[in-house]
Amino acid sequence: MAVKAITPDYKGEALDGVDNFHGNIMFHVNWEKHLMFCAPLAFAMPPDAPFSTLLEETLPTAYGYHPDWKKVDWSKVEWTLDHEPFDPKPDASLEENGIVHRSLLRFTVPGAEGIADSGS
Amino acid sequence: MSRKLNLRERYQRMTRDLAWEPSYQSKSDIYPQMEFEGIKIEDWDKWEDPFRLTMDSYWKYQAEKERKLYSIIDAFAQNNGHMNVTDARYVNALKLFLTGVSPLEYAAHRGFAMVGRQFPGAGAQVACQMQSIDELRHVQTQIHTISHYNKYFNGFHDFRHMHDRVWYLSVPKSFFDDAMSAGPFEFITAISFSFEYVLTNLLFMPFMSGAAFNGDMATVTFGFSAQSDESRHMTLGLEVIKFMAEQHPDNIPIIQKWIDKWFWRGYRLLTLVGMMMDYMLPKKVMSWREAWEIYFEQNGGALFEDMARYGLRMPKYWEQTIEGKDHITHQAWGIFYNYTHAAAFHTWMPDNEEMDWLSAKYPDSFDQYYRPRFEHWREQAEAGNRFYNPTLPMLCQTCQIPMGFTEPGDPTTIGFRASDFEGNRYHFCSDGCKDIFDNEPQKFCQAWMPVHQIYQGNCGGATVPDVLDWYHLNFGVDNFDYAQSPDRQHWQQWKGEAAEESDAPDEAA
Repeated sequence: MAVKAITPDYKGEALDGVDNFHGNIMFHVNWEKHLMFCAPLAFAMPPDAPFSTLLEETLPTAYGYHPDWKKVDWSKVEWTLDHEPFDPKPDASLEENGIVHRSLLRFTVPGAEGIADSGS
Repeated sequence: MSRKLNLRERYQRMTRDLAWEPSYQSKSDIYPQMEFEGIKIEDWDKWEDPFRLTMDSYWKYQAEKERKLYSIIDAFAQNNGHMNVTDARYVNALKLFLTGVSPLEYAAHRGFAMVGRQFPGAGAQVACQMQSIDELRHVQTQIHTISHYNKYFNGFHDFRHMHDRVWYLSVPKSFFDDAMSAGPFEFITAISFSFEYVLTNLLFMPFMSGAAFNGDMATVTFGFSAQSDESRHMTLGLEVIKFMAEQHPDNIPIIQKWIDKWFWRGYRLLTLVGMMMDYMLPKKVMSWREAWEIYFEQNGGALFEDMARYGLRMPKYWEQTIEGKDHITHQAWGIFYNYTHAAAFHTWMPDNEEMDWLSAKYPDSFDQYYRPRFEHWREQAEAGNRFYNPTLPMLCQTCQIPMGFTEPGDPTTIGFRASDFEGNRYHFCSDGCKDIFDNEPQKFCQAWMPVHQIYQGNCGGATVPDVLDWYHLNFGVDNFDYAQSPDRQHWQQWKGEAAEESDAPDEAA
């Protein structure tokens, strides 16, 4: 039973379906071992935006404050998409890369373990 | 008629005897919410009211409390009592408490009125009626405190409006909305037992002691005045569980599921209180870790040993809270430090003495995981490069807190859980929050998630000032670091302390 309700076959209205985002998808990115950013981030972007926009504009704005940011070499970064290993194609769109509404991207920068290697 | 009734007779006449058997309407029409949760009650007369308090004596006691309370509140106002707090940083703990918790007192007033109407037993009806009035009294006393502090400090000016909109106030709001939109038995298990009985000591004891330690007599006063009611509420919570457990064995698995759910929801909510204890009180009372050990591990452990005779066990995932006690408050303070530009209170980094206190209280976690992060932030702030996270965070669909909690046993990796439901994916911070969703996805798919609402364009605009305007927060006054705040500037002026450089506007004068 999906909920105990006083009305039979009660159905809730999902508030966050992709149709409510005006053409965007909302997805999430986490930079592993850099918990100075207290939580993974939420972004809303058009699904046909090239993945390179994320690498060149979105993520540098989001994470550039961190001293480890200068260690980022995209060719060496390890990714997962929805917990599966992921090899992004920068010129392809988010959608073509398999990123959908509410996807979770996680990336690890080899050799970057945060402030004083504390995972911060 | 001339004989005076003894206490037992008075109670009988003035509570149980006020009820009657309906003759021209069916009970199921009068009490339509009694069946759908699956709880079976065979005999409402078995309900025991341990206080045997009648309504006339209730009014008498409460009136006395009110008289004392308001004379102290008046004295506090006349003597500029706010000037006696240890430091203006303390007031930020009050801002969070009074904007986060006071609206819940009002919600509790409504909730107990609703369930009191639904329960067929006179004993339960009277107990709920009294608690409903208690809660109304609590919110009123707290609004008097809000009113006083609002004259001198920022961020208190529109707590009702903020409660429905501000991203972190959605955490306490959604907690209570969840309870109130459940059935009456779940509501009373959630609020009376799981929150009031099992967890309320963690809200009241450290917070009221913290207020006393930090010279805040207004808060101490409403706290103590509420506390005598709280003991009645706690007893109601225990009675509710015993009553349901003894009425029918089929009730046990339902109750256990609610205890599991509401323990976890309460634990997540209390993270905010723990953060106040560890970071926001200039004079500390005890650490969150110590409070959790005393009030949950010891007292809660003994309680659930007792409950074993009904077939009830410790709430699911309680082990994770033991591991988490070393981490959650530091992670929560990090969340608010990240996003204080969108909050109605200020944050700051601990000074050296406070860092050392944290190291001593958290020997297994603070120096290794949190001190390096905090010292870096502090250095950057001192160099004029204070960190504010420029991007909205990912939220847990259930507790609505940014996903800042780490995987049990791995304090450098965020915990991620997810569920798919009717074509949509939902994310969670923990097993506890995922289970709650999975048990009632039709309910939680409707959650009003502040970040998602901003991205859907429903919160006044796309920039921080737009959203803050929609929250009714004053940009540059209520938000940002304490160091640059008008609150701090005023405090230094009032105290005659060396004024630091600040170009903050003088709003409260």
